[in-house]
Amino acid sequence: MVERLRRAPAQYWMLVTMWIRSALAYPASFVLMLIGTMLMTVMDFVAIVLMFSHIDAFGGFSLAEMALLYATASTTLGLADLVTGSIERVGQRIRSGALDVYLIRPVPAFIQTAADQFALRRIGRPLQAGVVLVLALGHLDVDWTVAKGIVLVLSLIVGSIIFASIFVLGAAFQFLAIDSAEVASAFTYGGQTLTQYPLSIFGKDIVRAVTFVVPLAFVNYYPVLFVLGRPAPLGLPSWIGLLSPGVAVVMVTLASLAWRGGLRRYRSTGS
Amino acid sequence: MGVYWAIGVRSFRRFSTYRIATASGAFTNTVFGFILCGIYLTLWHERPGLGGYDVADALTFVWLQQGLLMPIGIFGATTTIELGERVRSGEIAVDLYRPTHLLLWWASVDLGRAMFQLIVRGSAPLLVGALVFDLTFPSGVLTWLAVATGLVLAVLVSFGFRYLVALSGFWITDSRGMEHVALVLSSFFSGMILPLVVFPGWIGEFARATPWAATLQVPIDIWLGRNPGGTGSALLFQLGWILVLLLVAQLATTVATRKVVIQGG
Repeated sequence: MVERLRRAPAQYWMLVTMWIRSALAYPASFVLMLIGTMLMTVMDFVAIVLMFSHIDAFGGFSLAEMALLYATASTTLGLADLVTGSIERVGQRIRSGALDVYLIRPVPAFIQTAADQFALRRIGRPLQAGVVLVLALGHLDVDWTVAKGIVLVLSLIVGSIIFASIFVLGAAFQFLAIDSAEVASAFTYGGQTLTQYPLSIFGKDIVRAVTFVVPLAFVNYYPVLFVLGRPAPLGLPSWIGLLSPGVAVVMVTLASLAWRGGLRRYRSTGS
Repeated sequence: MGVYWAIGVRSFRRFSTYRIATASGAFTNTVFGFILCGIYLTLWHERPGLGGYDVADALTFVWLQQGLLMPIGIFGATTTIELGERVRSGEIAVDLYRPTHLLLWWASVDLGRAMFQLIVRGSAPLLVGALVFDLTFPSGVLTWLAVATGLVLAVLVSFGFRYLVALSGFWITDSRGMEHVALVLSSFFSGMILPLVVFPGWIGEFARATPWAATLQVPIDIWLGRNPGGTGSALLFQLGWILVLLLVAQLATTVATRKVVIQGG
């Protein structure tokens, strides 16, 4: 087990560089796709800016505060999408039986599926979100403390891990229902859209659901509330954002169990 | 003519076989519908009557938009992406060899796809939305007719543009980059990111004049009865763009066929 974990990064990197080389074979197309991805993902923020041409505050959040929410949601989803997003392609492999190939190679099937058709252009999303993050931090009026700084940086890592777990859970679900790749999108891309707005506007039931069922609120909302020094909804303690790493551990455990369960359930096409 | 009808029918049937994919897509549209409703409710609460929409209009916009994304092909559609791949791989030679017209062949394939998705993916989110929220529905046979016409025209505008993007592969070998750029333009200017009525000033006027407006914002406004110049001029606006796009598409087809060099034996 330890040995497998130690080897994993090198194996993943080897597969990833292969796909990067293949993408760069059409350089013009690659550059266009990278620009396209950056523009596409910045659109959500443009929408928020356009909204602010009519309003001064959205659910009690100023434009700079909204920018912080947007940047953290988009960075975390973007990093998770870059590293594990390709795993949703597993459904096609299950249907065609091509997953067999992954099972006989001396690299874990999980790593091969996660690196399948690795798309470097997806780095466009975290890149543009990083720019928005810098802009947001420049305009925010926050009494910075060391604790707040650590929570913000940590939330970017932890949030990415939570989103990555959801990608893996969605892929594991495809062992049960082939062609259901879009269901996961509701929680990953949908989750990003949701978390770039102050969650309290969606009502108490949604806040409960994304706290206790699908813990999207821990991706960025609670950490950002902590940084901004605002009270948490539902009468939850203000330090609830500090629980994010624990939530990430639970999600990773669930995702890894689900993936193993799915893989064990896999029956090839039989041809 | 019969052959194109047959192609359309078969394309319709082909898409009707992807049952789980269709269901999970409709599920995702519905989840997004609820998220957007939360956002728009807040926005219209802060600014009632924004863009000439009342709250019911804004919520109806959300559910129509979620239902129409796939049928109209705002993110691109399987059919035209396939066409792009055929250009890249050289399989397009087979299409050109057929005694049919390339543009009409793919238009039929795309319309067959759109009709299936319109019926299933268009209605499912709308149904859920109508059960939860108070939505606006067209009154009168004439409005329903106008809505149906507007939707078909919207698919054609979108097809004309997607066909051109796919054919760009004849010149730059790989149309996937262009597909990405097209995706950005189409999602921004169609009203998918934010209803075009909310766009302020010159950027709003510009967006509402683009062909992408004719794919989503205009048909939804026909449904809501909110077209600034009335329903008639909205349909004419769509027709105008179809004319322009299909003429250019036909021109591109002719030029591309003349220069095509298929690799291999």
